[in-house]
Amino acid sequence: MAAQEAGTQKGLSMDRKRVLTLNVNGDDYEVVCAPNTTLLEALREKAFLTGTKRGCDLGACGACTVIVDGHAVLACLTLAADMEGRTIRTIEGISEGGELSPLQQSFVDHGALQCGFCSPGFIMSATELLTENPHPERAEIQRRLAGNLCRCTGYVKIVEAVEAVAQGAEGGAR
Amino acid sequence: MKVLNVVGQRVPMHDAAAKITGQARYTDDLTLPGMLFGKLVRSTIAHGRIKSIDVSKAKALPGVKGVITGMDIPDRVYGIVPKAKDEHALAREKVRYIGDEVAAVVAVDQETAEEAARLITVEYEELPAVFDPLEAIKEGAPLVHDNTPGNVSAQIHKEFGDLEGGFAASDYVFEDSFYTQAQNHAPMEPHAALASWDALNGDLTLWSATQIPYFLKRNLSTTLLIPEQNIRVIKPTVGGGFGQKIDMFSKDFCACWFAKELGRPVKFVYDREEVFQSTRQRHPMYLTVKTGVSTEGKIIAQKITAHADGGAYNSTAPLMITLSCFFVMIPYKIENLVYEGYHVYTNKPVGGAMRGHGIPQPRFAIERQIDLIAKRIGVDASEMRLLNAIEAGEPHPAGFIINTCGFADSVREASRAIGWKEKRGKLPFGRGVGIACASFPSGVANMSHLASGCVVQLSSEGRVSILSGAADIGQGAETVIAQIVAERVGVPMEDVHITAADTGLCPLDAGTFGSGVTVRAGNAALNAANDIRAQLFPVVAEALGCEVDEIEAANRLFWVRGTPDRSVGMRDVLRQYQYVDRSLPIVGRGAWVPPADSATTLLTNNGNLSPNYSFMTQAAEVEVDLETGRVNVIKVLTAHDCGQPINPMLVEGQLEGSILGGIGYALYEDSTCIDGQQHNPSFLDYGFPTMMELPEMEGIHIDTDDPIGPFGAKEAGEGTQLAPAPAIVNAIADAIGVDFDRLPVTPDMILAALKKRREEAVGEAR
Repeated sequence: MAAQEAGTQKGLSMDRKRVLTLNVNGDDYEVVCAPNTTLLEALREKAFLTGTKRGCDLGACGACTVIVDGHAVLACLTLAADMEGRTIRTIEGISEGGELSPLQQSFVDHGALQCGFCSPGFIMSATELLTENPHPERAEIQRRLAGNLCRCTGYVKIVEAVEAVAQGAEGGAR
Repeated sequence: MKVLNVVGQRVPMHDAAAKITGQARYTDDLTLPGMLFGKLVRSTIAHGRIKSIDVSKAKALPGVKGVITGMDIPDRVYGIVPKAKDEHALAREKVRYIGDEVAAVVAVDQETAEEAARLITVEYEELPAVFDPLEAIKEGAPLVHDNTPGNVSAQIHKEFGDLEGGFAASDYVFEDSFYTQAQNHAPMEPHAALASWDALNGDLTLWSATQIPYFLKRNLSTTLLIPEQNIRVIKPTVGGGFGQKIDMFSKDFCACWFAKELGRPVKFVYDREEVFQSTRQRHPMYLTVKTGVSTEGKIIAQKITAHADGGAYNSTAPLMITLSCFFVMIPYKIENLVYEGYHVYTNKPVGGAMRGHGIPQPRFAIERQIDLIAKRIGVDASEMRLLNAIEAGEPHPAGFIINTCGFADSVREASRAIGWKEKRGKLPFGRGVGIACASFPSGVANMSHLASGCVVQLSSEGRVSILSGAADIGQGAETVIAQIVAERVGVPMEDVHITAADTGLCPLDAGTFGSGVTVRAGNAALNAANDIRAQLFPVVAEALGCEVDEIEAANRLFWVRGTPDRSVGMRDVLRQYQYVDRSLPIVGRGAWVPPADSATTLLTNNGNLSPNYSFMTQAAEVEVDLETGRVNVIKVLTAHDCGQPINPMLVEGQLEGSILGGIGYALYEDSTCIDGQQHNPSFLDYGFPTMMELPEMEGIHIDTDDPIGPFGAKEAGEGTQLAPAPAIVNAIADAIGVDFDRLPVTPDMILAALKKRREEAVGEAR
């Protein structure tokens, strides 16, 4: 019985698969997705944009953060099917042409990363923050990045890296 | 006076840009043509015999390419410690905890594999289970492994001096008991494996999120029955480990098994729940500490009894309990000492190496008890630590050779910097300061398999290529090794390239554990760089008209010591090297093994445990919210003797990360397991510290120049994880006058304690 139910479920999801056009970092990707395919799965497994990381698949760690229409969202909690017609920016779209963004450069210079698995998510969340507010105070940086978990760095150097960009003359609005 | 150009510099990690742009490739980022996806079926009961497994529905599901159970694979156990192997990749007769692997499937996509796994039904005969080590050692307790009576799978009993005589000679004797909880490593990258089989040559390649590629290779060989020379393990970028990726796991075995059986690449990736439930965790431990002291607070005798909750399998059991034992003999001088430790099986998730590895538990107990004793006999807790401080060059009861020791200075510096004299016992109610101390080995010496090798190649263009076995899991091992080689060869970092942790290309290495990489693999790299110098410098000396030992080298330039204008560049030297018809590239080889009498086991023998020892005192200031019971850690500072930091920025990163880990251990983290079922196997429920819990931090470097570490370096990765938790709990005691004896100290515990105090105060008033 269980087998039949599960089989039916799968059959349905297979039947309902369709081709989506996702605009990621300025390029259109045609990807075959089921109704329950997440944006994270579409990016990593169908568009092979693996810079966006899967840390928990539960919206609890922030490693999969991407920017959709200017807002940071968790790709693991976002359905790919809802993303047609949206503008999606991933970590691969931050350093176009191989140039690190000022924020990325600041992370490198401050040693604000160790294993690096959470780093793309942090860059996306902090990029959104600095776009909205180029000169955030330390308390706002901490509050806004509290949804991104890091187990290696103890966060100190991440705060310092974001702060350094925020305190720069141009701030972080790039 | 050491003049250093690359070592000691705040050099960014060589792969920092790759990581920050999302280009670094972790195991799950890899895709191979024709790749299949795997899923494991796990036990839903804590203890039972497998009566039958029905895989027929799974096999019939379209897209499923393979299904195996424990009876389909060789009956071979594996484990990280050769004498303590007790795990099957898939259970054969028995399951021993909820999450134990019983079957595996592979399919054309992840969705199908997961569905097939759900279609497998297992019939069990449930057995009585045991969930607490103190219950498990009782007569008549269920046996987790039939061949281990009493469920004690590893034990150690060490005696130094005359314990009873010491207690008799003491002015006071105190006995206190403590408990520490299960902590999960929670690396951000879930465990993953990708295997590929070359049927033409019989060669297996495994990309795995591992900390020890060479041990993994060995365990794969003995379980898959494939010769080691046909197995290549490659460690891609690894997203953190903290000890959790030391062991081989079912995902490694099953990916390889199916790849070989099916002739197609196979990937297994654990989800976060599997990471929590079915990899490793820090051993919960019951500890009793009996200590005899003089009226001044001098420790005369100490007995420590420890029962570690090992969960269902051994993993590192003998090593863990040995480390736990030997590290109660440092950083204090204790002449008369007994440690009795037991690693006990239970039907729970498996304990393993975690940053500190068996040492944070007794450290918590001992550092808490020192504060308790200081209060009881009326001495200052900081001065009591100083009074008992170990010093360099003294004979050590267990045979440790301590060449350099900044411990006493660390106590003084940390106490001064936290404002001990002004604050301790003098802050308003709810606010307090505490300190705690620790020491850690730079890798373990008296064991087998501890050699590191390194090859350095200097090309005709001056490119320096390193092959090292060291496993960088995010701590920056590759960068540290590159800095050591750059310094010694005399080139800037941009000339140096490193390939590491690929068993098909790189020399043997013991892997990342015990905080030994910088000293062990770093010395191997230093020796390889010295070999380059030995081949290159005669040509330099000829060019400069000087003796070889007069040459200084830095930044692609060689000059005669004292006369910098007599110099020659790397490019010219390499050209001359070719003119004299010597063969290029210049290849330097180096190896290093920690100095030890013999490859022995500390379970039975004493000896110098480690090439060298780091020392630290950590001080915390906390504020307890009397309404909510929440503890706000305001400041944590560390006075730290880690020898010469090869890269101060990376050392700070280790320090800062371990302080947050220590805060989690002290206040938040607890992998709760009730009747064998984990109750919080997700980031949402587990709750390790976020950026909101970030305290002010300060590091104070205590200078020592160690003769054994490369450029005088000692470990800096694990030791600083030991003292934050006791320092914080000691500070809580100072803040509210309540002495907690178990971790974590939760708001509930604080509110209950405050309520009890109020009631007692009212009682006394009546």
